[in-house]
Amino acid sequence: MMNTWIYARNLIVGLWIVFKRTFTKPVTVQYPEERPYLPPRWRGRIVLTRDPDGEERCVACYLCSVACPVDCIALQAADNPEAHDRRYPAFFRINFSRCIYCGMCEEACPTNAIQLIPDFEQSEYARRNLVYEKEDLLISGTGKYPDYNFYRVAGVRTHDKDKGEGEHELHPVDVRSLLP
Amino acid sequence: MIDWSHTAFTIAVILGSCLTLAGMLIWVERRLLGVWQERYGPNRLGPGGCLQSLADMIKIFTKEDWIPPFADKAVFVITPAIVVITALMSFAVVPIAPSFVVADLNVGVMFFLAMSSLAAYSVIIGGWASNNKFAFLGSLRAIAQLLSYEVFMGISLMGAVLLAGSFNLSDIVEAQRHQWFVIPQFLGFLGFFMAGLAEAHRTPFDMPEAEAELVAGYHSEYSGMKFGMFFVGEYLSILLLSAMTVILFFGGWHGPWLPPMVWFAVKMFGFIALIILIRAAWPRFRFDQLLSFGWKVVMPLALVNLLVTGGVVLWRAG
Repeated sequence: MMNTWIYARNLIVGLWIVFKRTFTKPVTVQYPEERPYLPPRWRGRIVLTRDPDGEERCVACYLCSVACPVDCIALQAADNPEAHDRRYPAFFRINFSRCIYCGMCEEACPTNAIQLIPDFEQSEYARRNLVYEKEDLLISGTGKYPDYNFYRVAGVRTHDKDKGEGEHELHPVDVRSLLP
Repeated sequence: MIDWSHTAFTIAVILGSCLTLAGMLIWVERRLLGVWQERYGPNRLGPGGCLQSLADMIKIFTKEDWIPPFADKAVFVITPAIVVITALMSFAVVPIAPSFVVADLNVGVMFFLAMSSLAAYSVIIGGWASNNKFAFLGSLRAIAQLLSYEVFMGISLMGAVLLAGSFNLSDIVEAQRHQWFVIPQFLGFLGFFMAGLAEAHRTPFDMPEAEAELVAGYHSEYSGMKFGMFFVGEYLSILLLSAMTVILFFGGWHGPWLPPMVWFAVKMFGFIALIILIRAAWPRFRFDQLLSFGWKVVMPLALVNLLVTGGVVLWRAG
């Protein structure tokens, strides 16, 4: 008998709690008109960035392709005889119908070339349109790292020069100076 | 002498408004559920989304209307019609305003009960004709539920009939000029409302079509407009339940200042909103709880209510 009263009271209280929601504002974001705020590090569409000199950052090391858990990145390395035989991707292809936007490729990239940007509006009517080639992926900017140039900071010590002493080479960053 | 033009006009108004309202209720329910779940619900098509029902209707008409090869075809086809016809027939005795009623039967209450019993047949034969085990399980549940709740639906509204001294719905409304029957007949109101929810397959008694457990209950195999008819029938029975509750316990068209028809509509919409609020807030009964609640709690209460009301009426009469 006691339980019956508790049940009945709980039902009424539940009804009242739900009814109180009449006076609250809906939490819905009405998408095409209202846009949700996307933080700068939001993982969305993948782009290939350029260094501050306007050259491609990608050195075709295949690390992104290896890191990719769904194998959606395909590329082919080639040497560029006009630029000190530096490696560059002959083609670079991301299949966005497979991509899970995990950001592993960005973490694996040694040159900060591949980056995920806050854009999710990639709907297509045909599945094949979700396969992005290099010209679709490459952007003209530097992305999240405006000053980073891989070849300027990547020098190694050789028999005739120390790290950072070569031509066009930046001095290595003193990591202690970056401490807060 | 019956005034045919007046009757025809009444039929047209009631039929038209019932079907329109039943269609609009789909949108009203979704918007209200949205309000109570802190979201918008359909708000795109037309002002506030009010043309959503129209879009749903166009969609449902253009869908494939498939009759399963293993079904009992004739019965399968006729069932959705029974749902809608029985619900609409009940509206014939519903007095919306003084003398604004299609058939002012002197056994209006009985007619209403008979029609709601007939509606149970549509559930039973719909599930049976589908020849599908989920539909059949759904209709088995529905049979048990409808039969149990039918019993005390009748008993719990007998209190109102006793107080008014008439089976005529207009007379029952007229008897509530000074006091609504919900005050002396509160138990009767609770019993009737619960039974009505069960008859209309609404939460917390929506067992026959428990989406989470059975595929869709007795109308699993129905598609296209046949399914739409079940849907419309369901909303018609919500309308009917609200209308009957207002008539029997909440003074029908009586109310100050506003014209009778407006009062009726306002009260009716209040109950429709309450039914939707219950859907938004309450969980579903387990099936054995549902039956034991019906037989062991509501049924004795309804009987006691009838007994006491009868005693009081006799004692007053002297």
